[in-house]
Amino acid sequence: MPEQPRDERTIKVDMIARVEGEGALRVTVKDGTVLDCELRIFEPPRFFEAFLQGRHYQEVPDLVARICGICPVAYQMSAVHALEQIFGIRVSEPLRELRRLLYCGEWIESHALHVYLLQAPDFLGYDSGIAMAKDHGPAVARGLRIKKAGNALMTLLGGRSVHPVSVQVGGFSRVPTRPELLGLRDELCWARDAAADTIRWVAGFDVPDLQPGYTCVALHPSDEYPMNEGPIVSSSGVELPATEFERHFSETQAPYSTALQCTLHGETYLVGPLARVNLNARHLSPLAAQVLSDTGISLPLRNPFHGILARGVEILYAFEEALRLIDRYEPPPMAAEPVTVRPGTGMACTEAPRGILYHRFTVDADGLIREAKIVPPTSQNQGRIEQDLRLFMPGLLHLPDDGVARGCERVIRCYDPCISCATHFLRLDLRREGRA
Amino acid sequence: MTPACQGPPICIIGLGNALRGDDAVGLLAARRLRARIGDCARVVEAEMAGVEIVDSWADAQIVILIDAVYSGASTGSIHRYDASSGPIAGIKTARSSHSFGALEAVELARMLGMLPPTVIVFGIEVGDTAFGGPISPAVSQALDRVMDEILWEYEAVTTSAGR
Repeated sequence: MPEQPRDERTIKVDMIARVEGEGALRVTVKDGTVLDCELRIFEPPRFFEAFLQGRHYQEVPDLVARICGICPVAYQMSAVHALEQIFGIRVSEPLRELRRLLYCGEWIESHALHVYLLQAPDFLGYDSGIAMAKDHGPAVARGLRIKKAGNALMTLLGGRSVHPVSVQVGGFSRVPTRPELLGLRDELCWARDAAADTIRWVAGFDVPDLQPGYTCVALHPSDEYPMNEGPIVSSSGVELPATEFERHFSETQAPYSTALQCTLHGETYLVGPLARVNLNARHLSPLAAQVLSDTGISLPLRNPFHGILARGVEILYAFEEALRLIDRYEPPPMAAEPVTVRPGTGMACTEAPRGILYHRFTVDADGLIREAKIVPPTSQNQGRIEQDLRLFMPGLLHLPDDGVARGCERVIRCYDPCISCATHFLRLDLRREGRA
Repeated sequence: MTPACQGPPICIIGLGNALRGDDAVGLLAARRLRARIGDCARVVEAEMAGVEIVDSWADAQIVILIDAVYSGASTGSIHRYDASSGPIAGIKTARSSHSFGALEAVELARMLGMLPPTVIVFGIEVGDTAFGGPISPAVSQALDRVMDEILWEYEAVTTSAGR
């Protein structure tokens, strides 16, 4: 390809546009003790609460899908379930299972990216997935192919792999044919086995010692691993329907962050893969349960660094579940249940890749959104992240500031928080007072 | 591709977010390019794309990426980078907590031996990327100019191949 005449110059490109937000961590230490630890998170979902007001309910699935490029299905699922509660819709079993299949695709995509390209480098001593790929090419290639299998599910069911467009209140705009789904089967079988290898791979990583003592929170259906349904339960004994969420979980504004911090009865808690596995292990699929058991790592998982293991287990679960759902699939009689608009308020929680995602909508008689509330997983985990950092940081303080920052990033990455797509996600403001 | 198409397989990937003002510029460029040369080049509109763009360019010999860029230059400036033989100087590819960007995907593909021989990146300096905002006049004009540049390169490649 020819070169065009052009003045040579080097431009420092700090970031490409589409930055979803940014995170900054401010820590004050004195004499080796952490005095303050403030994680500042910019949180796009809050914009959407206002943005949705006045919109027609039919627009909601496509609008909320735009909140996150990594977990659009989660936003769509929580939204349609909340709206269907208002309208008194219960979807047919094939539609319910298709939604589950779509969620499998999202979990696979999201978890595979995080395990292979974002977090594995931490354990193997690399600055990035790119650097890791130089020495661990076959593993990274495996991760990419696993993720691609998730993309294929998303594309078939959602219409495209990013920001799916087929989800509707009542069902889908189009449902797949049986041959279309069966066409994915061979690759999903390969990916299922590759997911088992993933668990074995990450189970061999050296995990830093950190045992914070969590309260885990997840959905907990009686007969399946949680995705779209089930009451909210906690390891501290709470059990409540999503309609009661706001009576027990409260959000407070930290002055240093645009994200609200959510607590359960005033205490921080953990949501996400690790909490889900701990609370729902008996509903894991046979191979996922067996491979996890074979690692010798026992439940409950108490170390946040084992989040990578929980993600690996859920990748395998998602492939086994996807295959089960595909094998029994018969197209539903209707792609979507009929909708009769009626005014009211509905609430729903579903399990986003990063943990429970709560939506509440109030709709008027014309089907317009009057009020929207969205509580994403990251704001629920934010308090936990800060507490983990307080526990972990004293062991880092002998390091120069950049070493402290890297150690803190390792902890934060365990949660896969939606805080930034910037090149350097963490700006550390470390204030050392006294001898520290 | 139609039988009349000449030259090596080309994949053009426009990156951007249609809902964020100037950030849509790569997508808009891809749409225009599809109308002009879509019969002979694979044109992909990639919203929020990351590592999956590696799959988009499978079998292509030449990849042209068009994306929004912040570098501090004036809004509407066009940067052309040749990423074929090595990483683009000055671009950081450190990890985010959460995502994996398109240029990181280029470098990952390089490591894995999955990078096409020629990879050109056009970066358009963006200004306002507010939610729901329109594309700014400066970026709109840059879109016209970058189209000319890309089509010029495309013609050069296909014409030389056809001789």
